[in-house]
Amino acid sequence: MGNKTEINAKGKEKAEALLNVEDLSLSFIQYTSGLRQTELKVISNLSIQANRGEILAVVGSSGSGKSLLTHAILGILPSNAKLDGKIEYDGQVLTQKDKEDLRGKEIALVPQSVTYLDPLMKVSNQVIGAVEKGKEDLMKKLQREIFQQYNLKPEVERMYPHELSGGMARRVLVSTAVMSPAKLIIVDEPTPGLDEKTLNETLSYLKDMANKGSAVMLITHDIEAALKISDKIAVFYAGTVLEVANVEDFKNDGENLRHPYTQALWNALPQNKFQAIEGHQPMQDEVVDGCVFYERCYKKNELCSKGIPQIKKINGGVVRCNNVS
Amino acid sequence: MSLKGENISFGYKKNNLILNNVSISLDRGDVLGLIGDSGSGKSTLCKILAGYENNYQGKVSIDGKEVPKKGYNPVQLVFQHPEKSVNPKWKMKDILNEGSNISQDILDSFGIKKNWFNRWPNELSGGELQRFSLARALGPETRYLIADEITTMLDAITQAQIWNMVLDIVKERNIGVLVVSHEKNLIEKICHKVVYFKDINNVKHY
Amino acid sequence: MSTAAVNVNRSLFKGLNLRQKTLLILGLTSFLLLAIVVSSLFIDNESLPTDFGSKNLSPSLEHPFGTDWMGRDMLTRTLKGLGLSIVIGALASLISAVLTVILGLLSSAGKAADSFVAWLVDLTLSIPHLLLIILISIGLGGGAQGVIIGVASTHWTSLTRIVRAEIKQLKTQDYIHISRNLGKSKWWIATKHILPHLIPQILLGTILMFPHAILHEASVTFLGFGLSPHEPAIGIILSESMRYLSAGYWWLAFFPGLSLLIVVLTFDLIGENLGKLMDPKNAHE
Repeated sequence: MGNKTEINAKGKEKAEALLNVEDLSLSFIQYTSGLRQTELKVISNLSIQANRGEILAVVGSSGSGKSLLTHAILGILPSNAKLDGKIEYDGQVLTQKDKEDLRGKEIALVPQSVTYLDPLMKVSNQVIGAVEKGKEDLMKKLQREIFQQYNLKPEVERMYPHELSGGMARRVLVSTAVMSPAKLIIVDEPTPGLDEKTLNETLSYLKDMANKGSAVMLITHDIEAALKISDKIAVFYAGTVLEVANVEDFKNDGENLRHPYTQALWNALPQNKFQAIEGHQPMQDEVVDGCVFYERCYKKNELCSKGIPQIKKINGGVVRCNNVS
Repeated sequence: MSLKGENISFGYKKNNLILNNVSISLDRGDVLGLIGDSGSGKSTLCKILAGYENNYQGKVSIDGKEVPKKGYNPVQLVFQHPEKSVNPKWKMKDILNEGSNISQDILDSFGIKKNWFNRWPNELSGGELQRFSLARALGPETRYLIADEITTMLDAITQAQIWNMVLDIVKERNIGVLVVSHEKNLIEKICHKVVYFKDINNVKHY
Repeated sequence: MSTAAVNVNRSLFKGLNLRQKTLLILGLTSFLLLAIVVSSLFIDNESLPTDFGSKNLSPSLEHPFGTDWMGRDMLTRTLKGLGLSIVIGALASLISAVLTVILGLLSSAGKAADSFVAWLVDLTLSIPHLLLIILISIGLGGGAQGVIIGVASTHWTSLTRIVRAEIKQLKTQDYIHISRNLGKSKWWIATKHILPHLIPQILLGTILMFPHAILHEASVTFLGFGLSPHEPAIGIILSESMRYLSAGYWWLAFFPGLSLLIVVLTFDLIGENLGKLMDPKNAHE
């Protein structure tokens, strides 16, 4: 029965974690040549937590697995995907059916582009979504208010998705999440195409949602935007999390950052050193035995090429690196 | 030696102009930054300068002469989304060499590896595809490069990598670059001169 | 471990992955159709002896489809008829596909050419299908040639529409503009960039045109405007048997009709499975 107390203790520790992803691995079964199939591993040993009232930014380049993680949480992976590990929501392990039940209600996605909207449905109906009878007027009013806040003219309501310009579309998509009662909000790449003013507004709405007690997961490659509002930043690389850092760690030359990749990312910003490290993220079909960052790391030693480094907790953050203390 | 757009106006409807009387000039060897909000018509201006869009008023010229409509255009445009700039049914080496045989020097400086050549576009990441798009656009006859938000979708390291390479190449080959972006920090870092789009476009936006 | 893991529960079909299953179905169905065509080639008039001693026999082991009023074996006649139908269908579909490719490429050449193609499609579509086939068929003096040309010249419209829409959409792609800016000609872009996207569509469209072509050929012949009565076509068999139906010789129409249906459905099955193979969405299942 010692087991049970352990679980309880663990549960307490993660009391505020609304979403808890543990040791997640994702692979796709693909045809290689002709009729043979192989497995392509795209996410491996990934653990991450999103807490109520906090914004967690998931930062990574394209191909780092950040979008696939959201697909896994929402249960919208294609049928050739193979998922291992655990996804817990509010303390409960999610099955595919749970995901389908929760998405749109408890878990909302702010998609990247209008192609996620129904092309044959007017914008306002999609923003409001399905509501109970009697509440339509209230929702309509709320939607008008939000549209006004987002600088969307009243005629936008009656438009169809293809009539929206890029920036307008983005604002419409964000307003759908603002309208929804979801507790976990996943925002997929909200920043490209937004001008500074709209960007700051969008970010402040995300902050509002977090302040109201929702957990917000901000998926982005734009570390600057992430730094403006997030509480924690998870750095993705080649299908795994290399570091979860607090926003305060990003300052000066990045000496408080735990992982060399995070430091490199910070120093590559144009307002910092604009310094690029060499090399590429390993491709999905390249087999890496050791640390995924080994090739590009300046701190590497022999140990790093053998086996994936263990997760360490340092200074209130988490890092997967052999060479930090 | 310059690419000039003079008094350019453009609109899908007569009373609703996207560009109104825009003039811009890009010298060879110059790195000119153009800052503007999304949806303000920057991309349309880029397309007009690169000869993608023909129904406009005004004049685009290189050294006072009209840009030839046929053959290799000395003004090459690179877009924000590299995955849309490549034919998904082509292999990477065909994509790369569509315009001209791209020299080994350029491949080396962009860090394009030979073992990517036989891959399909969907097997490469956005950053890798953008390297191919840029290398393809930097054929020997290219004189001006228009970079429309080319690193907006990329992570900071890849952005720094790509710009450092592009800046080296254009300096060596005396190519003029128009850097279009909404990111002030980036433009301030890499450009010699900066133009604000709202200052040159006489259109009011909501 | 991958391949092994996928193939754990191996029963007749379960152990195969989707691609293997699809290919198996494709192989079997194509074999069936090919067998019909090949066997029909070996049937000549000598294998269809008139034998008034065994006329109008109901289906039996010796004559699974029964015999007709001249004592001919209906199975043999049906096979011969189906073979002819498939060949005519194949020719008509192929001609239609060639027309589609030509018109498709033409429509990508320029605005005027595109309007011409659109006009031609609308014009053809504005006349009822069957009527047009009958008109062309009669105009060309009937017979196999008339039917083939009649069917071919009416069935390209829907596929051409699809191809034209696809071309329109492709032409807005950035990589097409880029190609033009890299100095490539319209013809070069049409064949190198656009055509590879159209090939799967056209292949699929051609195969799905088969059943239409076959059914139209059969119905035109049934109505008496198509193949001449001495040809062993399914349409002829069906129209002849109509006269004997009231006498209770149901097998004369039932088995040939059913066989025609099976052939048509087989083509649909092939089309559907080819579509699965080509569709990138489930390309990896």
